[in-house]
Amino acid sequence: MSSYNLSGDTDRGGGTGRRRATAERTAPRRRGNTTISLQGAPNRRNTELALLVFAVLLPILAYANVGLAMDSELPAGMLGYGLGMGSLALVAHLLVRRFAPYADPLMLPIATLLNGLGVVMIWRLDKAGKLLSGNFPAARNQLIWSALGVALFIGVMVLLKDHRVLQRYTYISMVVALVLLAAPAFFPARAEDFGAKIWIRMGSFSIQPGEFAKIVLTVFFAGYLMVKRDALALASRRFMGLYLPRGRDLGPIVVIWLLSLLILIFENDLGTSFLFFGLFVVMLYVATERTSWILFGLLMSVGGAVAVAMTTSHVKVRIDAWLDPMAAFGPNPPKGATEQIGQSLMALGSGGVTGSGLGQGRSWLINFAAKSDFILGSFGEELGLTGLMAIFLLYALLVQRGLRTALAARDPFGKLFAVGLSSAMALQVFVVAGGVTGLIPLTGMTMPFLAQGGSSVVANWALVAILLKISDSARRPGAEPAPATEGQGGPAR
Amino acid sequence: MNKPIRRVSIFCLVLILALMVRTNWVQGVQADAWASNKNNKRQLYDRYAHPRGNIIAGGQPVTNSDFVNGLRYKYKRSWVNGPMWAPVTGYSSQAYGSNGLENLEDGILSGTDDRLFFRNTLDMLTGEQKRGGDVVTTINPKVQKAAFDAMGDKKGAVVALDPKTGAILSLVSTPSYDPGTIAGNDDGAAWTALNADPNKPMDNRALKYTYPPGSTFKLVTATAAFENGLYQSIDDATDTPDPYVLPGTKTELKNESPNERCGNATVKSGMDQSCNTVFAKMGADLGKEKMRAQAEKFGFNSTVDTPVRAEKSVFPSSPSQDQTAQDSIGQHDTRATPLQVAMVSAAIANNGSLMQPYLVDSERSASLTTISKHTEKQFSQAMSPATAQKMQDLMVSVVQDGTGKNAQIPGLQVGGKTGTAQHGENNAGLPYAWFTSWAKTPDGQSVAVAVVVEDGSDNRDGISGGRLAAPIAKAVMQAALGK
Repeated sequence: MSSYNLSGDTDRGGGTGRRRATAERTAPRRRGNTTISLQGAPNRRNTELALLVFAVLLPILAYANVGLAMDSELPAGMLGYGLGMGSLALVAHLLVRRFAPYADPLMLPIATLLNGLGVVMIWRLDKAGKLLSGNFPAARNQLIWSALGVALFIGVMVLLKDHRVLQRYTYISMVVALVLLAAPAFFPARAEDFGAKIWIRMGSFSIQPGEFAKIVLTVFFAGYLMVKRDALALASRRFMGLYLPRGRDLGPIVVIWLLSLLILIFENDLGTSFLFFGLFVVMLYVATERTSWILFGLLMSVGGAVAVAMTTSHVKVRIDAWLDPMAAFGPNPPKGATEQIGQSLMALGSGGVTGSGLGQGRSWLINFAAKSDFILGSFGEELGLTGLMAIFLLYALLVQRGLRTALAARDPFGKLFAVGLSSAMALQVFVVAGGVTGLIPLTGMTMPFLAQGGSSVVANWALVAILLKISDSARRPGAEPAPATEGQGGPAR
Repeated sequence: MNKPIRRVSIFCLVLILALMVRTNWVQGVQADAWASNKNNKRQLYDRYAHPRGNIIAGGQPVTNSDFVNGLRYKYKRSWVNGPMWAPVTGYSSQAYGSNGLENLEDGILSGTDDRLFFRNTLDMLTGEQKRGGDVVTTINPKVQKAAFDAMGDKKGAVVALDPKTGAILSLVSTPSYDPGTIAGNDDGAAWTALNADPNKPMDNRALKYTYPPGSTFKLVTATAAFENGLYQSIDDATDTPDPYVLPGTKTELKNESPNERCGNATVKSGMDQSCNTVFAKMGADLGKEKMRAQAEKFGFNSTVDTPVRAEKSVFPSSPSQDQTAQDSIGQHDTRATPLQVAMVSAAIANNGSLMQPYLVDSERSASLTTISKHTEKQFSQAMSPATAQKMQDLMVSVVQDGTGKNAQIPGLQVGGKTGTAQHGENNAGLPYAWFTSWAKTPDGQSVAVAVVVEDGSDNRDGISGGRLAAPIAKAVMQAALGK
């Protein structure tokens, strides 16, 4: 076994392994959870490297494919792009080897692959845009943002010795998250954002604070719920098979609910509002193990959405556009109607099962959003149903690896943190892709890693870095016992 | 905490699964509906995403597909000699759709026709660039050019047919336009100007306009007279007074010129001099039923698909005998397309057998495999061969001794008939000058022609079929038969 490479730890690790094995016998249905692996299991860094080679080569081939399809020649920037993505991935990998050797082997390759494919698609749409009108350096910018993202990834790898440190910043995180969420309300919305205020703009520079707020909020929720979970879980009355919380324990969820409604009303940002509230409900449920919270959450979000839809036009416009995406093409388009959803559905339908091939679709008909919120429409047209299924599987894998990390984490803060980050990603993917495919009303968020947008790319690289750190500490052999605050049994639980 | 985490994992999987189901629905089940949605511009762009097939005449393409490499449109239609070929091909425009053959044969030309499916699939597998098929027309470029040049600045139309097969040898409409000027997607100015032009250059006069056929219709009336036994020989006297009082009225019908000796003329001398009195009486004597039956054998009262649809020529069902008399000299409510008039001459030249006129000889794939080939078929037996012989004699006589002398061609047997059709309120418009004719070589080649020239001259007396239209017909017949 090549993985006995931590000389000196072998004995102690072996001991831990036996102890853990005993624990597993008492809970047999958990057998086979490789993430909760025993000491001595391979650290999987070579697996990661092999997958990374694939994750870098595939976008390079896609890049060549676009060039051949659009210009009948290999693109000039192919070498630079390949070296760029390759070296970013290599540096990230080496840092993981050094600072998180037991980290999950799939997350970095999946993030690299999605990021790489996204840059290729943005470059391909840049070319279309250039033919339409002028120069669009979006792909170059996206590559620079990716480099910044990987830099932040490295920063997290090197500087974040232990994710539990973040627990100390619970309430600072709350303040930071509130500032991040509130800031866009003070900046004007552009016409093409359809009233949604999700940007902070300073000249040509703009950031989407919601993407960072997602992580900071998760820190706050995890820290807060870890402390309050017992109170929220235990003090409850039983009613019709459900544990109902006491009235005063409803406080936190009502506050969060009100905040998300404020976001919806003042920033017209359905996506962030939904993500924010959904994330809290999921984490509350995980922390308390009380299904009743889910019920409360659902009732409150439906009630809030209906109330806002009846009082403001923004949500109603979105819902109307979802119910009749082709209304915008009619002779009398409704006020605020956008062709985007209809164009996206036509792009998807035109792609069919196998797609038109990279560089051969016409998803630029979706207009500027083809690179950002609607990049899935572009992938759907050019790679077809087949390609979209593969992309959804990549996201499903990424989310599931994150949730595995949560299962394996040895401390409740880590568990809550990992659950929060993973389910935030799942919710975001659902909300974005659901909007693009017409499953749910459009909300205006970006597809993690794929879509154009610096904030999104940077924040998601940080997110993956944190998950990797948590998984490293979870899978690290002979790690120190979990802190006493766990309180509900052994570390494996 | 692991139990709820597992449930959250399942929940997240369900979210992704819902996306997958939805995407399968959109890209699988609904895909075709979205792809062919009327708002989906991809269909339009696809038509110009690869070279469009060509329309061929005399073995040479008369169209091109230019590689313009736009983002939306990769290719653009152009024409070798647009104004000359526009009536044959129609236009194919990125912004304004298509008409004529470009529209009717779009499946072949754009390569989407089901009959090309196998070859397209093969091309896709072998990596061959997709290209539309070709449409081979029956047009003889020499005849087309002769007709187009002979029309010059005049307004009108020329149709030439091969009487034996029905093949359309030339199809000219003037004034014309270059379809290349409206082929792009930013040709709004040219499009507006063409549509605003009072001369209507985009109208296909040869197929789409019906004119009063005037005296050329006397051929139909004479045919009906022989077929129905009213007269046996071209030398039979017609017992027609000059002037002729229209039956049931006190209206006197006169002839064009007092010089004409139309009183009690024979059929032959009536035709030579184009006596209105003779043929008005003939039509009145035959009655509207017999006249209409004969006209319909020539193709009146039905549309003709060449495949480009020719407007329906009309022989009316007039309620009174005096109107039938007027109808029978090609006035009143009788209307005919230039193609229809050419069909009358063609039937006479082909011994009474009228062949279905056709413009498309064959369709072929980009790899030159024939997809379809026209098979000649008879439109009708318009008259007996014996009647056809008499009609030929009459028409030869018109060119030898009568109003059609301008169409004589040494070495060819030529038969023709002039026409000068009144039109407008109280016949105030400048009359239409007609000439229809056929020519035969000793070895049996033949051609039938109809020419109409609209009010091109301000000298009202100068407009007559013999003077204006016959020289054009002559040039066309010479080109067709190589004389």
